[in-house]
Amino acid sequence: IHFVLLISRQGKVRLTKWYSTYSKKERSKVLRELSGVILTRGPRLCNFVEWRGLKVVYKRYASLYFCMCMDPDGNELEILEIIHHYVEVLDRYFGSVCELDLIYNFHKAYYILDEILISGELQESSKRTVVRSVAAQDSLVEAAKEETGSTISNIIALAAK
Amino acid sequence: MSGPSLMDSLFQRTLEDLIKGLRQQLIGEQAFISKALEEIRKEIKSTDLSTKSTALLKLCYLSNLHFHDMSFAAFHALEVLSSPRFSHKKIAYHAISLSFHDSTPVLLLITNHLRKDLTSTNEFEVSLSLQCLSRIANVDLARDLTPEVFTLLSSNKLYVRKRAVAVVLRVFEKYPDSVRVCFKRLVENLENYDPQILSAVVGVFSELACKDPRSYLPLAPEFYKILVDSKSNWISIKVLKIFAKLAPLEPRLANRVVEPICDLMRKTGAKSLLFECVRTVVTSFSEYESAVRLAVGKIREFMVDEDPNLKYLGLHALSIVASKHLWVVSENKEVVIKSLSDPDPNIKIESLRLVMAMVSEHNVAEISKVLVNYALKSDPLFCNEILGSILSTCSRNVYEIIVDFDWYVSLLGEMSRIPHCQMGEEIENQLVDIGLRVKDVRLELVRVARDLLIDPALLGNSFLHRVLSAAAWVSGEYVEFSRNPLELMEALLQPRTSLLPPSIMAIYIQSAFKVLVFCLHTCFVRGGSTAGVSASASYESFDDLSVENGAGSTVAHGQTCTSAPITNESIVNLLKLVELALSPLLGSHDVEVQERARNLLGFVDLIKLEALNSSGQEENDSEQKGVEATKIIRLVHDAFSKELGPVSLSAQGKVPVPDGLTLNENLGDLETICSDIELPSSNTFSFGYPFEEKDVSSFSNLQIKEDSGQSNESTSLLAEHRKRHGLYYLPSGKSEVISNDYPPANDPALQGDNNDTASDLVKLTAESLVPKRKPNHSKPRPVVVKLDEADEKPVAVKHPESRDDSLSGAVRDILFGSEDILPTSSRSNLPSSNRKGKEKQHMITQVESKENVVGDGNSSSRRRKDHSHGKERRHRKKNAEERNETDRKEKESSSNHPRRQKSRQRAEEPLKVPPQTSVIPDFLL
Repeated sequence: IHFVLLISRQGKVRLTKWYSTYSKKERSKVLRELSGVILTRGPRLCNFVEWRGLKVVYKRYASLYFCMCMDPDGNELEILEIIHHYVEVLDRYFGSVCELDLIYNFHKAYYILDEILISGELQESSKRTVVRSVAAQDSLVEAAKEETGSTISNIIALAAK
Repeated sequence: MSGPSLMDSLFQRTLEDLIKGLRQQLIGEQAFISKALEEIRKEIKSTDLSTKSTALLKLCYLSNLHFHDMSFAAFHALEVLSSPRFSHKKIAYHAISLSFHDSTPVLLLITNHLRKDLTSTNEFEVSLSLQCLSRIANVDLARDLTPEVFTLLSSNKLYVRKRAVAVVLRVFEKYPDSVRVCFKRLVENLENYDPQILSAVVGVFSELACKDPRSYLPLAPEFYKILVDSKSNWISIKVLKIFAKLAPLEPRLANRVVEPICDLMRKTGAKSLLFECVRTVVTSFSEYESAVRLAVGKIREFMVDEDPNLKYLGLHALSIVASKHLWVVSENKEVVIKSLSDPDPNIKIESLRLVMAMVSEHNVAEISKVLVNYALKSDPLFCNEILGSILSTCSRNVYEIIVDFDWYVSLLGEMSRIPHCQMGEEIENQLVDIGLRVKDVRLELVRVARDLLIDPALLGNSFLHRVLSAAAWVSGEYVEFSRNPLELMEALLQPRTSLLPPSIMAIYIQSAFKVLVFCLHTCFVRGGSTAGVSASASYESFDDLSVENGAGSTVAHGQTCTSAPITNESIVNLLKLVELALSPLLGSHDVEVQERARNLLGFVDLIKLEALNSSGQEENDSEQKGVEATKIIRLVHDAFSKELGPVSLSAQGKVPVPDGLTLNENLGDLETICSDIELPSSNTFSFGYPFEEKDVSSFSNLQIKEDSGQSNESTSLLAEHRKRHGLYYLPSGKSEVISNDYPPANDPALQGDNNDTASDLVKLTAESLVPKRKPNHSKPRPVVVKLDEADEKPVAVKHPESRDDSLSGAVRDILFGSEDILPTSSRSNLPSSNRKGKEKQHMITQVESKENVVGDGNSSSRRRKDHSHGKERRHRKKNAEERNETDRKEKESSSNHPRRQKSRQRAEEPLKVPPQTSVIPDFLL
């Protein structure tokens, strides 16, 4: 997989993840081209688009298009499965995920994606495991936050004196 | 001093605030973002790590979704990375993997952080750093961190181990020497029973095998085992990908694998796996008839499926098969043609490709007919897609598949009338090209051109202008085939031509000129009894000249004269028409149009003065004058009736530079040369003419000295024409100088030579099999085409060789025995490493022989049960061997570093290398 994109129906980008090297200019060009191609495609059409010699597999969930780009000899259906897998994990994690969840927790969407894919390869095919490990990391983060919270309140207490 | 930082951290906007603010957009997106960036810049310099990390996170957001540069924060990200807190680390790693690239200057500083985290006891920290490494690793990082990754490869935490496996891919890519260290452990992981690890390893191998499959042939047994045993579809897909690469390299392997794949294909319910099986079979196992049949059955199921995805994939798979088994496509013709009307453009294009793959000389007519019908019905985009593919398929290899050119030419005419047609340029090229190349079709060509020209509605369509210009050119050039030149003239000069762009206008005028000359010529010189003795004599001589045009044209002449008699009145009308139509153009702003109009009008003036007066009166009165006029007409006609043939791209290089012509001399010198050339005859045109000067001089000469002026003018017109259509001209008229190299396309005099070449003969015989007609299919540039191909081929061959990089070299080293299969592989290796490989072989074979005596029993315990008895013996032996290999590898890998040194030393000693020929085959199943 070369990159993963999440584009809203209005053409707004919600998430980008690049596994191959693209310069900044190329990235925005890719985004522009692809959103042009994909958003104009109607429903009930196939989910594959040939693009610059690569294949882009996309799928629409509610108002979000999930796109993944792969080599032409990759397996389209497999990628489709991966997309679905990702969405299901998101769904489990956020509890019926919606676009706003992804907007406000964009970093978490990334973390989950990282759990699923590493350097463009699927690494975890079990939803439960993914959710569990993300949750575990979250608890680590929370613990750290509480610590910070306490330090800040300490500081405030200090300052109040 | 803690004051500001404290305030900062207390009142800092969080990411959520940022996003909310951005969505509310009270002050406009850009303004808000730049304000936020301003804040971030300040916050990120804060000493408080939480503030810093929040700032970093916000920056990530902005850079990722709004494409703002975040390279300024690279160092700050590193600072956050050094935080002991997991949450900070996480943000930092996130930022780094998003923003760092090979040329980030602080990349060097990250090594230690990564090393620390890779050896951390917290598995999540390890995984974060691995994740990051998988994204940013460059040569240095890969080299420096290889030991850590190596240790992690055998970590007992699955979570870490599978990531380490995945990261290895990137490390290998960047730093091929790491293969020596890590490869054995990687292979060990192939034997792992945990599906996740297995999936990761197989994923790595499938990527590696894509780049250089040959190196991984020795691992085939392991992959085979996975293929047969695997229960996970993900893994099966990857393994199939590996086999798709390996199988073409080793036929015996293909023999073994094809059965399990077919089994899988029959059993599996997962469409993705099924499709992968199908694709593997059609790409790599196309010799196995039964497997292909099975796959084709599945493809058909795909194609008739409701799901557009499956339909698309079915068509896609079919197009892979098509290259090898055309029968499959024709078997599924109906489905393919039906999917041409699918709502999905991708499916349509795919099926169009398939349809084009089916085209042969027998069915081209009917397929094109079907397609043109589809084109009429479909949307503009796809319509042009269809037309484009028809055009390119039919013109492939100099119209290889076209037998009936009359049909094709009328198809071109039909296509250009399709409302959405935007392929004007291509049609133009082909019309002219066919006119030049295929002589027998000219009659039909002129008819088609006439139809196009006469229709005033077409002039309004700007896409068609190019086609019309071709039509005008054709009808001018081959006017002798026209049934009614007068009608043609009217078409060329109709008022709506003012809609045309000037360049095409110019072609119209030029063609009108040709038509006019032709009419006059038929009227006065040939058809009329007006011609005196001298005229008829000259007519004779002209006829001699026109023999070169071939017998067909003279027949056509006869026809035109009878079918549309050109009388004197009609000529008078014609001349009036010309004057009427062109006089406004004398003021045209376009130089070309103006000049040509002037040329033509000048000619008309000339003719009117002399010819019409004379022909209007009694012949004997002004015989002298009539002769004068006919002479002029004859000369001009002569000039126009020169046969034009296609010219090879490199033809100009073959034109010998005439003696005394120095190309670099002044233009003033050229002037004298030109005047020299003028004198002998108008027949020889040199390619190096200074056209512009000639034009001017000839134009002024025109009125004054008729004789040389005429030839001069025609020369200039031809030259001008040549300038416009230079591509289609032969290097120099009919002069025999270069004809040996490049025979003019349809020159009957040279046809004999032409036929001598073997390829032409083949072509002609092939065509003569078709009873209907024999298009004179000249191939003027076989040599050039072949030269080009020859130039390209070595490049293509070289390419894979050059990809034979150090990575695969290193892999082969590890997987020894590479020398026998791939002679090229050893080239890139160092001599020392080569010998190391040999040495290993040596050792292995020794161990193997021992093992064969002793250890047969214990290896069979792991042997798979469902093997046929015939193969059992061999398999067992192989298994034992394989065990040995891995055992050895374990030993070696555990003490790798010292060992490497030692083996290199030992490599200096003379070795007795056993015969290597049979080493590799033993590893195959």
